[in-house]
Amino acid sequence: MGALAVQTFDLGVRFGDFQALYGVSLAISPGSFVAIVGPNGAGKSTLLKVLLGLDPGNLRDGEARLTGRAEVFGQAPRALPPGWVGYVPQVKSFDRSFPALALEVVVSGLRRAWPFRITPHEREVATAALEQVGAAHLAGRRLGRLSGGELQRVYLARSLVRRPRLLMLDEPATGVDAVGEADLYRHLEAYQQQSGATVLMITHDWEAASHHASHVLLLNRTVIAYDLPAVALCHECLSRAFGHVGHAHSAPVIR
Amino acid sequence: MLEALQLPFMQRALVAGVLVGAVASYLGVFIVQRRLSFLGDGLAHAAFAGVALGLLLGTQPLYVAVPFAVAVALAITWVRERTNLGEDTTIGVFFALSVALGVLFMSMRQGYSADALSYIFGSILTVTAADLWAVAALAALLLALLPLWSRWAYATFERELALADRLPVLRQDYALSALVAVVTVMSVKVVGIVLIAAFLVIPAATSRLLSPTFARMTLLAVAIGVLSSLLGLFLSYSLDTPSGATIVLTQTALFLLALSLRGRS
Repeated sequence: MGALAVQTFDLGVRFGDFQALYGVSLAISPGSFVAIVGPNGAGKSTLLKVLLGLDPGNLRDGEARLTGRAEVFGQAPRALPPGWVGYVPQVKSFDRSFPALALEVVVSGLRRAWPFRITPHEREVATAALEQVGAAHLAGRRLGRLSGGELQRVYLARSLVRRPRLLMLDEPATGVDAVGEADLYRHLEAYQQQSGATVLMITHDWEAASHHASHVLLLNRTVIAYDLPAVALCHECLSRAFGHVGHAHSAPVIR
Repeated sequence: MLEALQLPFMQRALVAGVLVGAVASYLGVFIVQRRLSFLGDGLAHAAFAGVALGLLLGTQPLYVAVPFAVAVALAITWVRERTNLGEDTTIGVFFALSVALGVLFMSMRQGYSADALSYIFGSILTVTAADLWAVAALAALLLALLPLWSRWAYATFERELALADRLPVLRQDYALSALVAVVTVMSVKVVGIVLIAAFLVIPAATSRLLSPTFARMTLLAVAIGVLSSLLGLFLSYSLDTPSGATIVLTQTALFLLALSLRGRS
């Protein structure tokens, strides 16, 4: 019996006097494709960062306190070999002023350090990862010259290059056009099919969530629902997560 | 020009200028990409307070200035990590504190403070053999730390990804700012407190304009740092101008050249 991909026990995170997450208990089976949905400030990114094994002090500026427990593949997130987890941060946090080529970004995912020189083997593996997401032509392009969608693909390749067993993405569809978004889901599903990896993806797009995900986690500082998309995205659950649904529709778009 | 090379003080000045140019430019690429350019200014003023305290105590000023500036560097980093004040604000606070302390120490000292001026504006021609050894030791230390380049670069590129990959990012922050403090104090004799921040920022910024990759940026920055020290010192010797200012003007000329090259491509 394999361990669950992700399991949390009464997990809570507190920033100063703000309780960002409380009472989060989850059991996510390996091979699931989980869409994480919830309003702004619902603690979605914070949950991913806890699962990445970041110190509470690094979740955000200032002090933070963690209560409860999280496990990834049956181990504390920090104890996990870093190569098991792939992570794609929010596109708005990417620093495009760093002088780098797309290929170097992908190699950094392989090496877990910045490359001074790229070996032929690394070049081969990184190019293959870029090819996998339809971005082989971007390999020699500078970061500053990439569009939002192109950058997103390079980061996806960067996370896939280490062949992670758990892939976590923070709003990967933001700043990507409709075609790019469809491609993104295609690449994710293709990777999942050949590797059996577990995918956790934060999204504001319920349509995509219900279409591509095997499960939806509806989060608003605690678990509102974790179920099949059709069940979790019912009207009642959504209104519990977002206050009232009419308002919720405009809120995610602004972000 | 060649007879200048025969003069012992000129030889020491050249070696010191080249080493400081190389070391400061190397750290500068991290400082510039981490948007910490202001840190050099803040620490230069911490060096001023440290030198003033050293002169007041009547010891060799650099013995006091190095620990003082390192303490300020660590304090800046500590406050930055613990609060959500921006680094510019944090540095601004310690900058002001250092200047105030420096002025206080100077005023407590009796007598003429011409020697203090040589620290404020630099006087590379008074570099002693001991100064030279100190700078050489620092260069050797950074050479030994060269294998850390790829980890420092990774955290500079994307802090969160480096944290997720279990890099000791916090320790790096402290190490980098302490090293910048040491470099700043060591360079004071060569360029002076007023201009030392230029050594950290201008070669790296110039190189950034011309480099597609971080590896290239690092190499080119060091080359520019060394070249502008050499060029500046020769100009300073033949034109009889202050050495620190001439080197910084040379760096700025190269920066402007890079800007115009970039505009054309």
